[in-house]
Amino acid sequence: METTTVQAMLNVDQIRKDFPILSRQIHGKPLVYLDNAATSQKPQVVLDALSQYYSNTNANVHRGIHLLAEEATEAYEAVRVKTARFLNAPSEKCIVFTRNATESVNLLAQSWGRSQLKPGDEILLTEMEHHSNLVPWQMVAEQTQAKLQFIPVTDDGYLALGQIDSLISSKTKIVSLTLMSNVLGTINAVDEVIEKAQALGAKVFLDAAQAAPHMPIDVQALGCDALVCSSHKMLGPTGVGVLYAKEELLEAMPPFLGGGEMILDVKLEKSTWNEVPFKFEAGTPNIAGVVAFGAALDYLTELGMENVRAYEHQIAEYAFEKLSAQPDVHIYGPQNATDRGAVFSFSIDELHPHDIGTVLDAHGIAVRAGHHCAKPLMRRYGVPAMARASFYIYNQLSDVDKLIEGIQEVRHFFKIKH
Amino acid sequence: MINELDSLYREIILEHYKSPSKKGDLPNAAVTVEGNNPLCGDELVYQLEGNPECITKVRFSGNGCAISQAAASMLADELEGKSAAEIITIITKLKAMMQGQPLDEEEDLGDLESLAGLSKFPVRVKCAALSWNVIEQALKQL
Repeated sequence: METTTVQAMLNVDQIRKDFPILSRQIHGKPLVYLDNAATSQKPQVVLDALSQYYSNTNANVHRGIHLLAEEATEAYEAVRVKTARFLNAPSEKCIVFTRNATESVNLLAQSWGRSQLKPGDEILLTEMEHHSNLVPWQMVAEQTQAKLQFIPVTDDGYLALGQIDSLISSKTKIVSLTLMSNVLGTINAVDEVIEKAQALGAKVFLDAAQAAPHMPIDVQALGCDALVCSSHKMLGPTGVGVLYAKEELLEAMPPFLGGGEMILDVKLEKSTWNEVPFKFEAGTPNIAGVVAFGAALDYLTELGMENVRAYEHQIAEYAFEKLSAQPDVHIYGPQNATDRGAVFSFSIDELHPHDIGTVLDAHGIAVRAGHHCAKPLMRRYGVPAMARASFYIYNQLSDVDKLIEGIQEVRHFFKIKH
Repeated sequence: MINELDSLYREIILEHYKSPSKKGDLPNAAVTVEGNNPLCGDELVYQLEGNPECITKVRFSGNGCAISQAAASMLADELEGKSAAEIITIITKLKAMMQGQPLDEEEDLGDLESLAGLSKFPVRVKCAALSWNVIEQALKQL
């Protein structure tokens, strides 16, 4: 196989040593972790950063004149700069830290959406959105009497971009779509959508929760008005989300949450707002989480996101080849390894994904089984649930082989002839 | 773990899953109640004929994992000819069984006893519990 080229891109043997959890046994078998689309595992440097922060630096940020407060603020703000660099944002002022990507979308919906949308305005989404990029827009549509529109998904998991001209009009004020589907793995061709929507005056927001851990992101090249992602899917701790938005957009947006930190002056009756991005960070943030997220960004940057993407493409090619060779396995999404990340949702004949997942788990293989927070997409494909294997930098080609062996065990267990 | 898998997916459970005996529609049902597990997408509809003194006919439809559909089938088998009070007793025993409590020797839950292995798989208990949760709702409406 392409073992030599693969190892040239990433030293996976070395990478695996950085992740303590990978030495765990699951039901007496070595862990094969294939649930990376749900959350990634954490390298030792991230765990150390969390513990170091609390052991040596802990203090509240942006207040207090003592040394610890100063160091904590410095560490926290340094990660804002790192995040801007990671996404190629023009300035760290464009980076807001939230609790997760979901909160970032809610912030966009409730701040920009609620203040701008009027009855009859349209919000354009797609049929493949994660609930986190759907429900917040349903809420704001109800509040403002705006209308939701959807770009359909084709049978083979692409956006039906041929219909885009009939879906975008001067009524369209917001377009929000995923850069990579957490279910189908599809890497969406967003350029055309961004160009057409912005030409008609709409703002375009990208959900990069699935894309940012796996491919280089350049918000300036994309030209999107905002983009969200989540620390815990990209080697960082849970509880930290990122919102990138163009500075002028953030300036024009009213605050989302009120409280300490986000104010300039407070009187009993009225307050004025802090400058961006602090206007959107009410209350004590997840300081330790953000600091450890910085260690995750360093780790990914060291590997190089181009290398991460190239390596995962190799895994995707091998996984697609192996899975599609199984006559009873149906892969959802693009029927190739090129237009997708290393995320494979699949079914095995008439077996329910939960039964697949339980048997695989008994063999140490962790996959997701369920609706993947994309119920409309499940309905689109007429299934209640799918099984999903999703790979990351510490997975090896042999993990694909183990999945295929696991599938054979599933067949054997449920007495399906193959 | 592989042995525990066998205790989860007993032969009788797989049989009910592959050939459920009470699957279908009741056009003259006294109650029709639908339920689903929002986390996993399992769906179940129970239809009951009769009254609280005697449930005469039970049918179900739905889709989901082997455990959810087999449990629905086995529970349907046990319900016909019983009163609402008797069914509540059965459900109480099933819930205790899910907590790992063994049945008394004189108790007979029929094929439903094969669900005992579920107590070792806490994340899968909700798959089976969907069936009795829906039945509990149905009995309230009868």
